[in-house]
Parts: sequence; structure tokens; C-alpha cells
Amino acid sequence: MSLLRLRNLSVEFATTGGRFRAVDQVDLDVDKGDVLAIVGESGSGKSVSMLALMGLLPWTAKVTADEMVFDGHDLSKMSARARRKIVGKDLAMIFQEPMSSLNPCFTVGFQIREALRIHLGMDRRAAQARALELFELVGIPDPEQRLKAFPHQMSGGMNQRVMIAMAISCSPKLLIADEPTTALDVTIQAQILDLLVRLRDETGMGLVLITHDMGVVAETAQRVSVHYAGQKVEEQPVRPLFRSPHHPYTSALLAALPERATDKRLPTIPGVVPGQFDRPQGCLFSPRCPYADDHCRKVPPAPRGPDLGLARCHYPLNTDERLAS
Amino acid sequence: MLRYVLSRFATFLPTFIGVTLISFAFIRVLPGDPIIVMAGERGMSQERYDELVIQFGFDRPVLVQYWEYLTGVLQGDLGTSYVTKRPVWDEFFALFPATLELSICAMIFAVALGLPAGVIAAMNRGKFYDRALMSTALIGYSMPIFWWALLLIIVFSGNLGWTPVSGRIDLLYYFPDTTGFMLIDSLLSGQSGAFTSAVRHLILPTIVLGTIPLAVIARQTRSAMLEVLGEDYIRTARAKGLPPGRINGIHALRNALIPVITVIGLSVGTLLAGAILTETIFSWPGIGKWMVDSIFRRDYPVVQGGLLLIAVMVMVVNLTVDLLYGLINPKIRKR
Repeated sequence: MSLLRLRNLSVEFATTGGRFRAVDQVDLDVDKGDVLAIVGESGSGKSVSMLALMGLLPWTAKVTADEMVFDGHDLSKMSARARRKIVGKDLAMIFQEPMSSLNPCFTVGFQIREALRIHLGMDRRAAQARALELFELVGIPDPEQRLKAFPHQMSGGMNQRVMIAMAISCSPKLLIADEPTTALDVTIQAQILDLLVRLRDETGMGLVLITHDMGVVAETAQRVSVHYAGQKVEEQPVRPLFRSPHHPYTSALLAALPERATDKRLPTIPGVVPGQFDRPQGCLFSPRCPYADDHCRKVPPAPRGPDLGLARCHYPLNTDERLAS
Repeated sequence: MLRYVLSRFATFLPTFIGVTLISFAFIRVLPGDPIIVMAGERGMSQERYDELVIQFGFDRPVLVQYWEYLTGVLQGDLGTSYVTKRPVWDEFFALFPATLELSICAMIFAVALGLPAGVIAAMNRGKFYDRALMSTALIGYSMPIFWWALLLIIVFSGNLGWTPVSGRIDLLYYFPDTTGFMLIDSLLSGQSGAFTSAVRHLILPTIVLGTIPLAVIARQTRSAMLEVLGEDYIRTARAKGLPPGRINGIHALRNALIPVITVIGLSVGTLLAGAILTETIFSWPGIGKWMVDSIFRRDYPVVQGGLLLIAVMVMVVNLTVDLLYGLINPKIRKR
């Protein structure tokens, strides 16, 4: 039994223009010690699916799932109160903007001790000792002084370390990192990623990394789940994915890596992710896909088998390679 | 910090002079003559009138009169009442505790009900409680104070007989003014029933005076809370699995308080202005009623001095509010 098992997860938002499906029938599995990267453009529903799992979506969102099982508990069938016992303790999340994700009115020490006292029932002294330990663990220099600091007195990188310390304070079984390095300098990005991977190695927790940076994926992930317009379009271990992507979207994403550019102009995927009103009838990627034909535009493809990376495509790529091997 | 306070005091000076100028000019623009008012229905002879004009200095140019008044004020002399012949300063401080007591009670009433009302409305955005609370607040804000006061008097004092109509305490009780605050003095006096009587006298004026600040605070708290609840750090708090009471009451409210404190500070001005009406309606012996009486008597020094002291009070309160920001918002706290 995997640590996290999502089956047929969908999220719909009630908007003034009607319902908008931000996550569409997504299946995901994460095991202990696993590093899963979820990649996709903005608007592909990668953050929303994880926020749905955490129960952090606004009331306008309607979450449906056949299974949303974490560590043996079906979160979709739990009361809000019971769910709060798990969220923040066994299931933790860090966010994109460390500066605005910490409360400006309280010291970071207060914010980290708060989690310890609520979930683990620690007294003031024990919480302080554990907070010091956590700050050292995530590499914050001069932890005793830093615990007394307010978020605005520290840099973005330091604040993200605080967020990580807070998230791992109760030794979670799964940590979800939602674009944890997007708002940071390149040098700090590498440090934060190293820290996350090191913590995964030391604690054996599962790690879900939401990102749109293929470089980050290549360096840290074991498995990659590619999302497009709310759907999971492909999932493969990291090496095979980079070597032989089966979905044209994955292939286009990899081709768009600046590192792979040979031309003077950087390669791009023409067009944008379909929104609420221009959702195609057939394959969601068909308007942007160089291989699409009339069949693609009419009939939505179902996921293929695991040997084809579960690709949602009528004409998966790199099938010959599979036959050859 | 000290430099900041001093620089704020420096900006007080132009305001201060402006207030003296306006109060000095306006009371003189009003039709009526303090000497004739003083003479009453009997009237007085022309010789006596001319004598008094010279005695009060009204024969000299207005600019000279203003200059004398201003130099007096800067030396701490606010003048002497034409009617009671007592220094304005003494009269003000004899009556001010009554106003202060009423204002503090009104403010406590407004904050104690306004903050929770705003928080509850924000948490139920667009639902029944939000609509009910916010329409009530709008009614409270738009209602004329004197009409509201009369309505309450008719219902609670007239029909139901629950509260007294006017004054600070029943005539049965007599005790010395130790602090000037009736609630404290009545307790100190040890007379049974005195404190209850003082409280019963305070209820209606407090509600009337506190209504507008209450409405303003409730609406401001709601909008500040709604803004804060959309912030990333509230999502973090929820991701930590904190209970909703803690998220709204600690993480959100602390941030929402920053704009609310400004509004509370500004309400103090409204409160002192509102006190004039409220005190007149309830015959509350505070500076509001004193000011109104003095305007009718054309008691120039009292009106000028009273306005000036109220203005200074409002300025000091606003400065205090600015300094309070530092306590609530660590971003502007000096290290």
C-alpha cells in the first residue's frame, strides 16, 4: 500500500462564467522515500491538485475523488477536525513565496513552536529546544537569534528554510513542495533543493515537488508526472522520461529547455493552455500538437499502459525504441 | 524614537495655531454679544455697557485681541469665563472626567462589539450573518444621534422604566469627587446602590455615543479581515493544521488590527464631537454640555479654550495611535 494514493481526483471551481475544471481525473501514487516531480505549465492544475489534498482550497472549489488515501486514511471521508490532526503533522506543504507565506506579525520562532505545541503537545521549553534543533537541521546560522526574528528581517532563502523547518517540525511522512525555489536566486535554489533531498534521505519521507523547471526535475526527482490543462498526460521515472517521452507535450517541454536550444531563438510551444471557454472537444493538447489529426480533435484519448508512460495520447511517441529494447 | 515623537510634535504647532484662529474667529462671527447676554432681560444702561466693553477689551482691534489671546494661551493662560469668573482651565478639568468616563465606556462598547461583529461577518462572507451585521452597522452609522437617543429614552426609560432619563447618578447619593469618575467615586463612597445607580445612568449615553464608532469599527474590521484572510500566510496557517478559531482570532486578527487601530484613533475625534450632542440630550455634566451652554452665553474664553483643549486631545490620541502601530506591526518597529 503506497503512502499516498489518489484515484480519479477532480477539482471544479464555481465561477461567474460557470464551472471550471482545474483538475481532471488525476491518479497519483507516492511511496515512502519517493521523490515525485509534478511538472507542467501555469494553469495545468499541478498546485490545485495538491492544495485539494491538503484541504486548502477556497469554498468555491468542489473536490471529488474515488480515493484520496494518505497513510491508510481516506481524507475525503474525514471530518475537518480529524483532517487537521493529519494535515500539518504527517502531511506538510511549503509554498512558492516564502516572504508572504510567513505571518509578518509574529516571530518565526512563535510560528514554528506553534505547530509543535498544537500537534505534539510540547511545552514551551521542549518546543524551543526542538525549534533550535530544526533550525540547525535546515542550516540556519545563529539559530537562537534567528528564532526571535520577524520574517521581514530575513532573506527569501532564509525564510524558505524557516518554512521547511516548520513543515518538517512534526516529522511528516509526506512533504509537498509547491515551486519552493521559483522566487529565489539561482544559487539559493540549488541549496534549497539539496536540503530537501537531504531531508528526504535522512527521514525517509515522501517528497512531492511541484515545478515547471525541467532542470530541477532532472536533478532531484525519481519519478515525473507531467500535467497539462488539469490532466496527467504522462508519468515515467526520470531517466526514461528524458530519454524517450511518449506524450507530444512532454516531448515539446523537453525540446523547449534552453539548455537544449541550438538555434538563435529559444524553442517554445506555440499557443497557451486552454482555459474555461476554449476547452477542446477531443485531446486537450490537440490545438498545440504538431502531430494532431481529426481523430485527436474529436475523441479524447484515454491513458495508455504503463509501458507507454500512461500517456494520454492516440499516437504516443518513441514506441519503436520500446520495441527495440 | 524620541526624534520621531519630537518631529510629530513640531507638526502640532501649525494645527494648534490654526485651531486658536478658527475658534477665536468663529465665535465672534456668530451674531450676539456676550455683554447683552450677560445683562439678561433687565438690560443695562449705555454707560455700564461702554464700561464693560472696555473692561473686556472689545474696543481694541480684533487682531490685537487675538494676539493677546494667543500669547496668553502659549503661556498656559486660557482666560477666565465671563459667566462664572473661574479660569477656563479649572472649569475644563472639573468637567472633563465626566466626558472621559462616558467616552471610555462608549469606546469599550464600540470595540467590544465592533471587533467580534467584523470578524464574524468576515468569516461568514456573503451569508446571512454577514448581511445582517453589515446592514445593522449601516443603519447605526446613518442614524441621527439625537433621534436614536430619544428613541432609546422613550423605550427604555419611558415605556419600560429600566434606565434613568438623565444625569450621572441618583440625587439620593452624595459623595465627594475624588477622581471625577462616577464609577470609581461611587465605589469608593461605599454607599450601597451608588455604583449600580451610576452604571444605570451610563448605559443609554454609552450606547448612543458608541453607536457610530461601533458601526465604523465593525465595517473596517470586516474589510481588513477579508483582505488578510486571502493572504499566503493564512494558507500556511491552515496548512499547519491549526484550528479555525486560532487562524481567525490570532493569525488573521493581529494583521487586520493594523488598519482598525487607525479607525479607532480617528473615532476619538468623532466621539468628542458626538459627546456634545449626547451630553446635551442626557444632561450629562461634561465638557460637551459645557461647550453648548457657553456658546449660547457667548462665553468667548470658554468656547475658545474648550475647542482648543479638545483639538489637542484629538492630536495627542492620534499620536498615541501612531506610536501604537509599532507594538502591533513589527515591520515599523524600531530596533
